[in-house]
Amino acid sequence: MSDFLFQLVLTLDATLRVATPLILCGMAGILSERSGVIDIGLEGKMLAGAFSAAAVAHLTGSPWAGLFAAVMTAVLLAALHGFACITARGNQVISGLAINILASALTVTIGIALFRRGGATPSLTAEERLPVVDLPLAETLAGVPLIGDLYSEILSGHRILVYVALLAVPLTAFLLYRTRFGLRLRAVGESPEAVDSAGISVHLMRYKAVLLAGVFCGLAGAYLSIAHGGEFGREMSAGKGYIALAAVIFGKWRPVPTLFACLLFGFLGAAADRLQGREIPFIGAAPTDLMIALPYILTVVLLAGFIGKATPPRDIGVPYPKGK
Amino acid sequence: MNHAPLPAWADIGLLPLLNILAALVVSGLIIAAIGEDPFRAMAVLFQGAFLTSNGLGYTLYYTTNFIFTGLAVAVAFHAAMFNIGGEGQAYLGGLGAGVAVLMADSFLPGLLLIPFAVIFSALFGAAWAFIPGWLQAKRGSHIVITTIMFNFIAASLMVSLLAGPLMREGQGAPETRPFAEAAQMPYMHEMLGALGIVVPRSPLNLSLLIALAVAALVWFIIWRTRFGYALRAMGASPGAAEYAGMNTVRITVLALLFSGGLAGLMASNAVLGEPHKLVLNFTGGYGFTGIAVALMGRNHPVGIILAALLFGALTQGGTELDFEFQTITRETVQVVQGLIILFSGALAYLFAPMVARLIAPFTAKKGAPA
Repeated sequence: MSDFLFQLVLTLDATLRVATPLILCGMAGILSERSGVIDIGLEGKMLAGAFSAAAVAHLTGSPWAGLFAAVMTAVLLAALHGFACITARGNQVISGLAINILASALTVTIGIALFRRGGATPSLTAEERLPVVDLPLAETLAGVPLIGDLYSEILSGHRILVYVALLAVPLTAFLLYRTRFGLRLRAVGESPEAVDSAGISVHLMRYKAVLLAGVFCGLAGAYLSIAHGGEFGREMSAGKGYIALAAVIFGKWRPVPTLFACLLFGFLGAAADRLQGREIPFIGAAPTDLMIALPYILTVVLLAGFIGKATPPRDIGVPYPKGK
Repeated sequence: MNHAPLPAWADIGLLPLLNILAALVVSGLIIAAIGEDPFRAMAVLFQGAFLTSNGLGYTLYYTTNFIFTGLAVAVAFHAAMFNIGGEGQAYLGGLGAGVAVLMADSFLPGLLLIPFAVIFSALFGAAWAFIPGWLQAKRGSHIVITTIMFNFIAASLMVSLLAGPLMREGQGAPETRPFAEAAQMPYMHEMLGALGIVVPRSPLNLSLLIALAVAALVWFIIWRTRFGYALRAMGASPGAAEYAGMNTVRITVLALLFSGGLAGLMASNAVLGEPHKLVLNFTGGYGFTGIAVALMGRNHPVGIILAALLFGALTQGGTELDFEFQTITRETVQVVQGLIILFSGALAYLFAPMVARLIAPFTAKKGAPA
């Protein structure tokens, strides 16, 4: 039994690490989509951010420079998405798709030109990666049963961006529901005419939301390559941006439910990793393929209206004509 | 973007050309930035795609995949739906073809087996589009999201099948056993060779002709049948279609089945045509690129065939670039494809106001009152 508990603690610990990029991208997705701009480019922005982070951290020796570069790269792609969707009033899904393809191809192309390692960056040294944070009192509480395990083993001792991700959720919730900016952001997604007639620029609001989403995607990317991992590898985002998008829908475009969806999906991913090739009593070989597909299946079931109803922002995907 | 509507020749001719040109200019700048000569790259690409001994065969082999996936996206577009699930539907089409062949290649002759497998690929592709289509029609679940999800579900399903029940016995690789010879789509070089025309060996096969016939069929169905009319009417205005007494639920589901079936047919080329077995990830992004093909081809079969040829040439030329240059790889060609999707898809009308202003003096004279 203690072995089971030990495995559970390890899995929950891994859950938090797997969920971190999902949470950051999830908050990005909420901000962009609540303002009315579909964002299937989470994946690409995160991947491009991951590449910039590792490349700059390696070239400068500073993880903080890497972090900054990741955010700038993702914001640049977000600006491109914004230009295509808001100013040029293009198709938002196609723009996101183009960004994903460009990010996947450009990271490898530039990676080969810079490092000649088949698209990967050189491995980073410990100083080139973002630091691990031990929460206060982690050592003291380690001996306490249950609480000690929970606090010191699961919560404490992660890379700093794990905590940034956990803080991003209340921050996003506060921004959306308790500030004037958030009220306007939600309004441009639901009823842009009303915002326009109040004398506020719909385009400017949407740009702000999309760029802010870029910041969060950049953080998610940096987490992949200079915090969780210690180098950039081609396609290292591996569909996480799409899982985050599923989590946003699963969380009905709200921060706290989206956090729980990310943790659930993260847990499924972490558990699938641990159970790969193992036998489960009474079930036989662990159905890891099913566990990997479960986030997508659950999201479809939710969308079908069988577990609650996911209603997207009313004007999502609809460009707003300027000066109507 | 307040500009006068463009004349047809500018809208379907000039604008797409400008978009490709913009994509090529940006690609050239990127290639120059990584330290290679963009003009030489262009020359190598063109030569590799069309002028080397079997380059053209490979180009047309890839073109065939793009015709199927491009048509799939276009049919859904005409019904105002965005099917991004081509990748998953093509994957399942491969499963259909594979299952049909594995069941029957020990006793059926090729003349029956190949049509059987081709029909199965279309049926499986259509089946994979059914649930998203039905959910869209009945429950209002957005097709874009559900088809994305179904791509990932398809990927997981295929991994578990190919590493499980379908895996070749005694082998470690996640793939099926090779198909019997009867199940292999006839090669173009063999068919032409039988007629006395000698062409170099390449994976190009009968599927190209199937793709062209299917393109003609799509044209006929969309523009010359009652169903096609209903599909376009619903795409243009679902409210009006419903008011006119059309069953929009039925049309939505049928349109998606049609679209998924076309994507599934890609397997007749990419499974029955060349590897002659079912392997992991044989879809290789063709389903996604089909979106670009449909966009560039303006959702018309003729345009799609031309756009598919462009993407086929880029794919084949890209492998040639990989050999010739140190820093240019297949991913660099993907950058070009991504830029084409960006410019001809998301930024399709970026140049429209400019073109409208430039051609205004010429078009205005004709109809202007004296």
